[in-house]
Amino acid sequence: MTGHDGMGHDGTWQDGTGPDGTGPDGAVQAAGRDAVLELVGVRKTYPGSAPVRALAGVDLRIGAGERVAVLGPSGSGKSTLLHILGTLERPTSGVIRVAGRDVSALSDAEVSAVRGHQLGFVFQQFFLLDHLDAVGNVALGLLYRGGSVPERRLAAAGALARVGLGHRLAHRPQQLSGGERQRVAIARAIAGHASVVLADEPTGNLDTATGAGIVALLTEIAGDGTAVVVVTHDTGVAAAMERRVEMRDGRILSDTRQPGSATVAAGTPLTT
Amino acid sequence: MTAIMPRSRLRAGDTLRSSAGSLRSRAWRAALSALGIAIGIAAAVAVLGVSASSRAALLAELGAEGNLLTVSAGQDFTGSPAALPVTATGMIRRIPPVQSVCAVGYLPGVTVRRTAAVPAIDSGGISVLATQTSLLRTLGGSVARGTFLNAATARYPAVVLGAVAAQTLGIARVPPGTQVYLAGQYFTVVGILRPVPLAPEIDEAALVGFPVANARLGLGGHPTEVYLRTEPDQVQAVDEVLPFTVNPAQPEGVQVSRPSQLLAARAQAGSALTGLFLALGAVAVLVGGVGVANIMVISVLERRSEIGLRRALGATRRQVGSQFLAESVMLSALGGVGGVVLGAVATTAYALASRQSVVVPLPAVGEGVAVALSVGLLAGVYPAARAARLTPTEALRAT
Repeated sequence: MTGHDGMGHDGTWQDGTGPDGTGPDGAVQAAGRDAVLELVGVRKTYPGSAPVRALAGVDLRIGAGERVAVLGPSGSGKSTLLHILGTLERPTSGVIRVAGRDVSALSDAEVSAVRGHQLGFVFQQFFLLDHLDAVGNVALGLLYRGGSVPERRLAAAGALARVGLGHRLAHRPQQLSGGERQRVAIARAIAGHASVVLADEPTGNLDTATGAGIVALLTEIAGDGTAVVVVTHDTGVAAAMERRVEMRDGRILSDTRQPGSATVAAGTPLTT
Repeated sequence: MTAIMPRSRLRAGDTLRSSAGSLRSRAWRAALSALGIAIGIAAAVAVLGVSASSRAALLAELGAEGNLLTVSAGQDFTGSPAALPVTATGMIRRIPPVQSVCAVGYLPGVTVRRTAAVPAIDSGGISVLATQTSLLRTLGGSVARGTFLNAATARYPAVVLGAVAAQTLGIARVPPGTQVYLAGQYFTVVGILRPVPLAPEIDEAALVGFPVANARLGLGGHPTEVYLRTEPDQVQAVDEVLPFTVNPAQPEGVQVSRPSQLLAARAQAGSALTGLFLALGAVAVLVGGVGVANIMVISVLERRSEIGLRRALGATRRQVGSQFLAESVMLSALGGVGGVVLGAVATTAYALASRQSVVVPLPAVGEGVAVALSVGLLAGVYPAARAARLTPTEALRAT
């Protein structure tokens, strides 16, 4: 393993913005120059007899350590937005930059590698493999980075400890509660020190109290310098995020931090 | 920005571990879908193993040296075996490398029946041979029931039945007083022989002593065939002098053959049945391969969310495809190894039941596993391609 894809922060990709670079004015900086994820004029149309325009020109910059909620009714394009942010889907037109690199022109293998190294995902359905224990599921998040099994399991155990499941390492998903399963999924997303964690309705399958715990955990992760983008229709979840982006008909209806705006419009200021 | 492009890397060991884990988590399904290939490979290995074991047993029985020779005078104008000179046996015995000799005399027109009530036409194809008491020693045969003829019983109306002859007559054991109707008189059955692979004609014969054959059946002392064993390294030399020794007046009428050679050649050729079973095995493997492909396609459909997850975690198309390919190959390899084991067990059971030495041909084992691996590779190509073609969002949406 090289230091480049090691367990620590990657200077070349983070472009100097580490946990110590974020502060009261670090947030401004994040919203400005040092975007970890950036969409410019992104459109997405699904072809068919009646083409569906899911995104109609979206510009969005996500800074390091930012906590962003993407809100909107179903059909507003928020899931498509998340998929495009996560490079799971390519835009019809427009540019997407991950840590400053334009990924539109990259091959499938290269984009996959960007996902494996830069991005973490949390899904509503958890997507844990039943035949693997908690450590195995979290280690899966590091599988495609080429480390050895002991390295991966060690990092996985560390990530599980961070999400408060240090005592559940050998449990299988069937032996865990819903909240615990989602914590395992979050550990999987952060085990490789992704610069952005993208969460698609992470509390959708959980009761309110458990969901609140998950939101608190995501907030905590952001405190460590990882940007968190949560797609949700739950206003309670959205309220816990410092920045809220509202989608309607494939466009951004409102953004509590307008691109280029130097002021933090709403939300709690970032703390280290 | 001059960042180094990251690359997705998946170690070969990790691919295998992932695939093995997936198969283990659906162990029953894996076992059942590997069964088809296992049955096919098992059939092939068992057929090859059984025929190899039989061949080995046969060769062991022949004595690796194959030193049995038979001497006959061909057939006379009626088609019956022609007679050899009365002196033939004695002359052959004087050839130094000859270890044992036994003459038999064919009794033309003599039939054996269970009782006089059975019509003469129902002879059952059993021939009657006069024999010397050295027959079993020379041919390497043995009695299954009772005893063989000895110097005493050879003088009296006693008969020993070959294995097939005894079956034809319906005689399975020889309690005292068992009789057969032979050339108009009752002969006491004193023994039944085990099959003699080197001289199948003995199996279909009823054997009586030369003295009684001469006295009561009008043989006249002429043997029609002489069996002899020589020292193993002198077979060729004895073969050459036999015609002149047996019948100096008409050496060209004397036929010498080595039944062990014939049998060995026949054993080597293998039977049509072997080919048939191999073909059936191949069909089973083919069907098994289709079954594996089928299961893999279903598996790809069922595990779309897992595929989507793996893609989200950084797996490339190729890595997702290779995992499914590895699963297919592993499934088939499982069938192949299981089949080889099953085939070896079947071979062993057969060989032990028929008291042969167990021979599981190693090439068949290697080929069996190799065939299974190739079938798995072929069966996995399409499902793997389907898995690889799936886009991450398509895969994640399918829940």
